[in-house]
Formats: sequence, structure tokens, C-alpha cells
Amino acid sequence: MDFTTFLWTTFAAFLTLCTFSFLYKDNPFYKFAEHLVVGAAAGYFTIILWHNGMIPKLMYDRLDDGSPWFLYLDSSAPWYLLPAILGMLMWTRFSKNYSWISRWPLAMYIGIGAGAAVPLEMKARVNEQLVAMMAPINWSDFFGHGGFNLLDATSGLSQLLVFVGTLCALIYFFFSKAHTGVFGGMAKFGIWILMIGFGASFGFTVMARISLFINRMQYLDQQWIVAALDLGDTPNEAYHWGFPFFFYLLIAVVVGYTIIEIYRHVTSKDVTSPQ
Amino acid sequence: MKQQFPRLLVLVFGAFLLFQFFMPHEKSEWLYEYLLDWIIIIGIFALAIGIWSLIRVHVDKIKNKKIGWQYSYVTLAGLVGFIVFGFTIRNGAEWGWYFPFVLSVVGMFLMIIQAMASRAKVAMFAGLAGVFALTALLIGIFDKAFSFHFATSEGLQAYMFVHSFDFILIPIFATMFSLLAFFIASAAYRAFRARSIMATLLLLSAIIVMLRFNPYLEPVFGSYISQTSSWLMNVPNLAAQRAIVMGVGLGIVATGLKVILGIERKYMG
Amino acid sequence: MNIFDKMMSLDRRWVFLFLIVVCVIAYIVPFEVPIIVEPEVRSIFNFIDTLPKGAIMFIPLDYDPGSMAELHPMTWAIVEQCWRKELKVLMTALSQNGPGMADQALRDIADSMLVEKTYNGVTYPPREIINGIDYCFLGYKPYPSMVMLAMGQNFRLPFPLDYYGVPLDSLPMMQGVNNFDDIAGAVNISGTNSTDYWISYAQGRFNFPLAIGVTGVSTAQYYPYLGSGQIFGIMGGMLGAAEYEELADNPGNAKDSMRIQLAAHLVIIGFVIIGNVGYFMNRRQKKRMQREGR
Repeated sequence: MDFTTFLWTTFAAFLTLCTFSFLYKDNPFYKFAEHLVVGAAAGYFTIILWHNGMIPKLMYDRLDDGSPWFLYLDSSAPWYLLPAILGMLMWTRFSKNYSWISRWPLAMYIGIGAGAAVPLEMKARVNEQLVAMMAPINWSDFFGHGGFNLLDATSGLSQLLVFVGTLCALIYFFFSKAHTGVFGGMAKFGIWILMIGFGASFGFTVMARISLFINRMQYLDQQWIVAALDLGDTPNEAYHWGFPFFFYLLIAVVVGYTIIEIYRHVTSKDVTSPQ
Repeated sequence: MKQQFPRLLVLVFGAFLLFQFFMPHEKSEWLYEYLLDWIIIIGIFALAIGIWSLIRVHVDKIKNKKIGWQYSYVTLAGLVGFIVFGFTIRNGAEWGWYFPFVLSVVGMFLMIIQAMASRAKVAMFAGLAGVFALTALLIGIFDKAFSFHFATSEGLQAYMFVHSFDFILIPIFATMFSLLAFFIASAAYRAFRARSIMATLLLLSAIIVMLRFNPYLEPVFGSYISQTSSWLMNVPNLAAQRAIVMGVGLGIVATGLKVILGIERKYMG
Repeated sequence: MNIFDKMMSLDRRWVFLFLIVVCVIAYIVPFEVPIIVEPEVRSIFNFIDTLPKGAIMFIPLDYDPGSMAELHPMTWAIVEQCWRKELKVLMTALSQNGPGMADQALRDIADSMLVEKTYNGVTYPPREIINGIDYCFLGYKPYPSMVMLAMGQNFRLPFPLDYYGVPLDSLPMMQGVNNFDDIAGAVNISGTNSTDYWISYAQGRFNFPLAIGVTGVSTAQYYPYLGSGQIFGIMGGMLGAAEYEELADNPGNAKDSMRIQLAAHLVIIGFVIIGNVGYFMNRRQKKRMQREGR
């Protein structure tokens, strides 16, 4: 790894630590990183929109004959000016008097979007699910394939449970009839099923969030510190303490913080901890 | 014109797309392809509005000296810097005057904003902007180490563009989201109480899913934990999510039809 | 404030601190966690594994750096498997920062293809990956649902040029490849709601085999589509990625992080237990005090 890449990774590591500093409290380092990323992302997106959007869609045909500057004006497909003009009309949003014009292209998009969504969403989300819900139940393997196994997700019992569970959960969402009697009981079962579902979702969410943090640790270690260790042609002893350095730094910060917090708790009895 | 025409457009295009789905024909296919192509072009312009809004918000912040206005300079500098990176590429191994050029462009932009924002000393900032602009122009014309590419996509592979994405955007974004790890831990600790049957069910299923790949429980529970977790995902979770998917689907269809028929008009603002 | 109250109201920064310390320790201490492969991940692996040479695998990547931790390992494992099996990869990126992520993944994986590797007992020689022959990256266009419908007509309709500005017709790989009919299958790796669109608009209308790799947060909500056969596999979050790495015999960051994941989960479960013990003991104490008060 060359020195330039080392500098880049170090800068990235610095920005990572800046962002992590938010865990203690909001501070200028975090604010710097946060504002930088907002601007940089917008700049990045501008470039992507230009090179991946404007150029291929509006200027590409012009490139062959070397006059890319006037969108399709003298091209073989002059009617492409229409969507370009419609797109530009979106920009009337910023005017007080003419913002109503921006509704035209918007209406076009909404119309097309809604028209495309209705049959496709009906098919994918409702019809296909109804078909799957009403699949025949496997009575021969009711308690599991090959012997008694309640945890078999494809057994008849599980299939029945999916059917009943879906039905009851749907009943729970049906508010036009009071949830009393048998109907109420089914709604209650429905909400139990929903709760189990949300719990599973939550378990996965915890996993997702933690893995984001693990990824940053891996980044700091593998990309930054290991990169520092392996400087290629210019091995430098000074970088060898890079690896433990980060963890020691982290632990020092953590211990320091702990001491400060304990000190605070000891000195002021009635201090309410920030939530 | 202000109210009726957009509704007419929605009705016509919505009805056409519905018709096209059920009765695809050569002629309608032809129009359908054009519409899809055009809507993407409109989208390009529409999304550019977001970028312009961002600039406006931050210029406004600087103008009115709102809380944290100093950081708005960082945002704007990042934006301009990235745009410059995406349009310029290095011709050889030498950097030449590339970085002074980038700084001049960023400086020029910030000075223009400063001139717009400040009530006094407008002339000074405008003059500085001019100086930066002149510097950038001179470097841009005479330095052969880098060149501009507006009409072709070389900029997407430019060294600075790619490296800025990899080493500025990725680490900050990824770390900002990774902060959620801590907040979800704290939230789980604070809010996860087995207060009722429903809360207990939620808690239990979450814990079983979280223990899915724990090898140290195997001597005690065997493979039951992972089996239960798999069953939870494929049976009760599937049932619950299927009800939600169907509910959402019906909601989308109802809203779509309402929009097409002009009953739902919130999109007009 | 008694001990149980304290158990219920620790400063959140103690939780943070403990979590960091445990994660760092788990990171430093080497141990391995066995990975149990679920059928929903195995089906994706088997699908790609049995494709004939030269088939086109469509891999739309719709994620931003925010969810790269979970999804980058999936991309890595799948694309490397495709290239080792000499399949061709077609990519799009329909999220805002997606093009950069896909570009980075392509560069990195192409680099790792230059090394000879052995996966599942089969040794694959080093190979140079060439844009236009082994892969084609179409890039970004706004409005994902519309782009998908347009791709169903012809890839050239939304993407006349690929990400790098090359006309699709001039790429050898894209000769005769027009729309979803010409791809063997698709694995959507997504951190946004574009998965919904891929299921409803692309798979729903054009009926090609689709599997998904999603973040842990949204894994659970796609199981109904698995049950109904609209998708043939799900990789959920880091665990799904680790399972895939296990199957592909290509251990990477995801598999390595499962041990830290495990430690972190135990910490969180521990905190939940502490909170609940505090809650119940507190409730009991209050009840007792009420009774005595009467």
C-alpha cells in the first residue's frame, strides 16, 4: 500500500472517529462530518445525475456528430425536447406565481405511476398472496415430514397455522366490526401472531444494527491499521504501534469517561442522568 | 388550467397505463415505451430540484446566521468539490495545479454566497470571488495536467471522484448508521419489558431470533433454538407479514384508483 | 433510589460503553461461530451453482453506504461465485449512492479474481475480468419502478449507455440481450424499498426467477413472497451473508463478524434481562409496600 492510500485511509478513519464521537454527545467534530457528508452526497448525486442521466438520455445521440450542447435540437428525435421541457417545468416550484405549472409534469408522473401500480401491486401483493394462502394443506404429513416434528415449517400443521394466522391478523386490521365474541377472539389471536412477527423482525433489526458497527471496527482494523502496518516499499517502524494504538486510545477514552461519570455521580447525588 | 388540467393528465395517463396492462398491443406498446422513457427524463430534472433546495437551505442559513451556520460552508464546499471532481480528470501522472484549481473554484463559490449573504462588504467578497474565478480560469486554460469532461462519462472514473466516494462518503455514512447499534441496544434495554402477554411474545421471539447462531447453547437446547427461529420466521412471521403485505397492497390499489379518478389530490400541494 | 430502580435506569452511555468494550474484546479474541445454513439461502447458492457457463446473472445493487456492512459481503460472495463459474454479470444501481458502491465492489472483486483460489475443493485459475465481456454495469436512472418496467421492454430503453458511457450495443456481452427474457435469473441486493418494486413491477410483470438479499431490518417482511414462490431465496442481513459465504466456501467479513455479533447479542439480551428483573422486582416491592401501607 502506498503512502497516498495510507493518507486516504487515515482521513477516512478520522472521519469515522469524528462520527463516533456523537455517542458521547453532539460536538463540532460530528457536526463537521455530518455537514460534509450531506454536501458531498449531494455533489456526488449531481454528477451521477449528469453522467448517468442527462448525457445518455438527452445528449448521447449528439455525441456522434460532435455537437453535444443543444439537447436534441437538431437531432433525429426532436420530440425529446418535450420531456426535457416538462422536466424543466418542475423547476417552477420555486416561483410563487408559477408554481402551479410544476403540477403538469408531476401529474404525468403520478398518473403513470398510479396506472402502472394498480394492476401490478394487486397481482403481486394481493392475488399471489391469496393463492399462496389457500394452498392445499398437506394432511398426510400433518405433524411434520417423517415423524413428529412441531418445528417443521412445511408440515400441514404449520400450513394451517399460516392460514389461520393470516386470517386472524387480517381480522385484527378490520375495524368496521367491533372486536367482540368469536370475532374478537380471532382478532386477539391475530395480534399475538403479529407480535411474534414483530419480535422476529426486531431480532433481525438488532442484528442489522450491530453488524453496521462491526463493519466499522473491521474497517478501522483491516483498512486503516493493517494498511498502516503494511506500507509496501517504505516500511516504517513508527506505524507498527498503529494497531494496538487505536484500541488503547479507545479504551483510554472509555476509562476516562467512566472516571468522569463516576466522579459526577459521587459529587452530585441528585443529578439526573440524561436519557 | 391550474386544477383541472393536472387532473386530466393523471386520468389520461393512469387510464392508459391500466389499459395497456390488460390489452398490450403494438401501437399501445409504442406509446408505452415512450412514456417510460420520458418519465425517466422528467425524473432527472425533478431530482435535481432536491440538490438546488439543499443549496438554498444552506445559503439561507448563512444569510440569516442560523444556529450552526458555519457548518453550512462545509456542506457547500463538499458539494462544489465533488462536482469539480466529477467533471475533471487527470491526463497523466502529474497533478500540476489541480488542487489550487479545485480550491479556487470552491473559494469562488463560497465567496459568491458570502457576497449574497453579507449585508456589508459585498464589494469585497465579490472582488474575492472574481480573483478566485480568474485564478481558476487561468489554471484551467493553461494547465495541461488535467482536462474537463462535461459531455462524456470519464469523470465517473476520475481518481479524486472515486477516492472521495470511497474515503469520505462511505466512512461517514456507514458510521452514522452504525451509531444506531448503540441506540437500539439502549432502546431494547429501556423499552423491552414483559408487561403483558403480547409484550412477552414479542420479547421471546426477538430473543430466540437473536440466539439463532449461538453454539454455546447447543449442549443445553440442541438445535432447537435455530429450528425454532427458522420456524418463527417461516410460520408466524410469514402469517403476520402476509396480512400486512395484503393490507398494504389493497391500500396502494385503492389510493392508485383514487388518484386516477381525481378523488385524491394531495399531490397537487 | 434502590438497586432495582438503578437496574432499570442506567445511563444509556453505560450501555454504549459496555457494548463497545465487549465488541472490541470479541474482535480481538479469535474464535469461530458455526454457521447454520438455512434453506432460503441455500436455494440461491444452488441456483447460481447449477447455471451453465456464459449464462447472464442479473444483480441489481440498490444500497447506499449506510447498509454496506450487511450487503457488501453478499455482493462479494455472489459476484465472485458467478465469475469463478464463468457466468456473466449484469448490474444496475437504482439507489442514490448505489453506483459508487457497485463500482467499488466490481473493482475489488475483479482484483481478487486475479488470484488462484480454491472453493469447495475446486481450484479456479486466475482470470482477468473485462468490462463488457464478463460484466456490464448499467448504472443509475431515477424512478426505480419506471426503470424496471422500461428494462422489461429493452435494457437499452432506460440505459442507452452503460455506467462508463459506452453504448450497450458495442459491448460483446450485450449482443442479443434485450430484456428480462434473456437473463438466467436475478438476485436483488437492496437496502432500500426497491426490493418491493423488483417483486411487484419486475418479477410480477416479467416473471423471471428472482431472489433477494436485504438488510436485517427488512428481512422479515419479505418472507410472504418466499412462501408464495414469487422469490426463490432470501439472504437476511449479516447472517444471510455469512451463510452464503459459508456455502461458497469464501469466508469474508460477514462470517468473521458473526462472533462479534454473538457477543453483542448476548450483551443486549443481558441488558434486557437486567431491565426486566429490575422491573419485576420493583413492581413486587411496590405491591408489598402498598399492602403494608393499607
